[in-house]
Amino acid sequence: MKSTSRLGAWVAIAIGTLYFLLPLIATFEFSLKMNRDGYSFEAYKVVLSDPGFQATFGYSTLMAVLTIIVGIVLVVPTAYWIQLKLPRLRPLVEFITLLPLVIPAIVIVFGYLKLYNSSSWLPLTGNERATDFLLMCSYVTLALPYLYRSIDAGLRAIDVRTLTEAAESLGASWPSILLQVIFPNVKSAILSGAFLTFAVVIGEFTMASLLGRPAFGPYLQLIGANRAYEPSALAIIAFMVTWASMGLIQVFARNARPARKTA
Amino acid sequence: MAYLTINNLHKRFDDHVVVHDFNMSIEQGEFVTFLGPSGCGKTTVLRMIAGFETPTSGQIRVGGDDITHQSPQKRGIGMVFQSYALFPNMNVTQNIGFGLKMRKCDGAEIARKVAEVIKLVELSGKENHYPHELSGGQRQRVALARALVVEPRILLLDEPLSALDARIRKNLREQIRDIQRRLGLTTIFVTHDQEEALTMSDRIFVMNQGRVEQEGRAEMVYTQPATEFVARFMGNYNLLGAADTHRLLGLDIQGHLAIRPESIHVLDAHSQQADTLAGTIRQHQLLGSIIRYQIDSGGVTLQVDRLNRTASDLMPVGTEVRLQISRDDMREVR
Repeated sequence: MKSTSRLGAWVAIAIGTLYFLLPLIATFEFSLKMNRDGYSFEAYKVVLSDPGFQATFGYSTLMAVLTIIVGIVLVVPTAYWIQLKLPRLRPLVEFITLLPLVIPAIVIVFGYLKLYNSSSWLPLTGNERATDFLLMCSYVTLALPYLYRSIDAGLRAIDVRTLTEAAESLGASWPSILLQVIFPNVKSAILSGAFLTFAVVIGEFTMASLLGRPAFGPYLQLIGANRAYEPSALAIIAFMVTWASMGLIQVFARNARPARKTA
Repeated sequence: MAYLTINNLHKRFDDHVVVHDFNMSIEQGEFVTFLGPSGCGKTTVLRMIAGFETPTSGQIRVGGDDITHQSPQKRGIGMVFQSYALFPNMNVTQNIGFGLKMRKCDGAEIARKVAEVIKLVELSGKENHYPHELSGGQRQRVALARALVVEPRILLLDEPLSALDARIRKNLREQIRDIQRRLGLTTIFVTHDQEEALTMSDRIFVMNQGRVEQEGRAEMVYTQPATEFVARFMGNYNLLGAADTHRLLGLDIQGHLAIRPESIHVLDAHSQQADTLAGTIRQHQLLGSIIRYQIDSGGVTLQVDRLNRTASDLMPVGTEVRLQISRDDMREVR
């Protein structure tokens, strides 16, 4: 009975692995077939040397970094304050941070266009820099479920209240408490949230496309529509960026000292 | 004039009153303990003194200054927490120096003061260790050093020993008391352990349901409990109701009669001494240096403690004895 259930589990794992890996292997294999003579990394060479790739990837990386910075500045103090002073508001805040998963990106971006169009009271789509700012804000919204959950979990793993009170009794101001006591102790949680945010932003299509910004997502779509082998190479590159982000989350989570409620 | 005075302190959480009209005054350099069971309000009073809770009403004054609504940062009151509350990202030196850094002291002064206090709490050699690399006792000494180094006006200790094992607890309580005496530091200690309170304190405030049941010097609170609650909480007092007291001793009282177990003398069954009671040993427990007997006397079970000097001191169950209780050792409580 035991060996049957174990066999069943292995079959399920094998089917799952094949389901996920086969398309990737096929995509990778196809991306190596650009040269008729045999396998080569020609498609990757073409893609990586394309100025369009460099520009869009650079743009999306910058957007991701800005999103992470703004997200952390917004979420860490909010999650900290809710944990410390307003624990009753936690369900409401959790609900709000989950909304971007429930509301499709296209709905959010049409809302932005309606609110911030060039004839509105705050014309954020009036020029490129303002639209970049709007895109970054929309990415912060998109990243909220991941960033908030990650940071909130990190804060729950330490005794926020007692650490804050200890710092207060030693004369620390609120900025000092946040920067010197709270931030360093939720560093790995912040980094996990940051890498998740990076992975989400780097391949995002809908918002960048509808706001007309030169991001990596629309570039992927453009190449996919016009070329044969390069889209496969790009897909593998995008996967590698995501995997690298996930791998870094694991590295930081493993290197972080065990969470201590009391230290 | 007292150094710390608390007048009519009152704290309410929603509909629940946690502290009722709490009043106290402490002289500079005094070691005072709030003693009571969980939920009696002792930690809430401590947190109001530290500034972590705002009183519903009342006033707290330190050295003549009204600090009732001052922020914790400005009070100059040090606190040691039950859970240590060391900053996990900082080593021992950084933890201890944190308060001085917040006060913008220069590096040389921080290094000198931290070194002094590390020596004081006997943590030399652990300067670069992180909290997770230290034992519970060492962590609590770091927490104590961190609170002491900023030279607080008052030191608050919130059950600092309760998470430690018995041997370390005993050593650390002696060390805390010794340091407090050497520095002449006004200290308030919160505990639910009566032994800790008795061994460490100049004065004890026994608290129950948000009120002070009794306040006084340690020996007085122990030997002269004012209420039934204090008698029960402070030790293993024999508490006799009015009917039992009348039947056993022929005395008429209103509340309860409290008799300490060690004040009852056990005599030989053939003793000819006057004013003794006949009794039979029903049970005994060996508690190290003392033997605790349950002795039945006229249908009333009395607890009696005797020093365990030699193996022959142990009287077997069923032994007939006579009990002698001095009138001075009987105390009527409300």
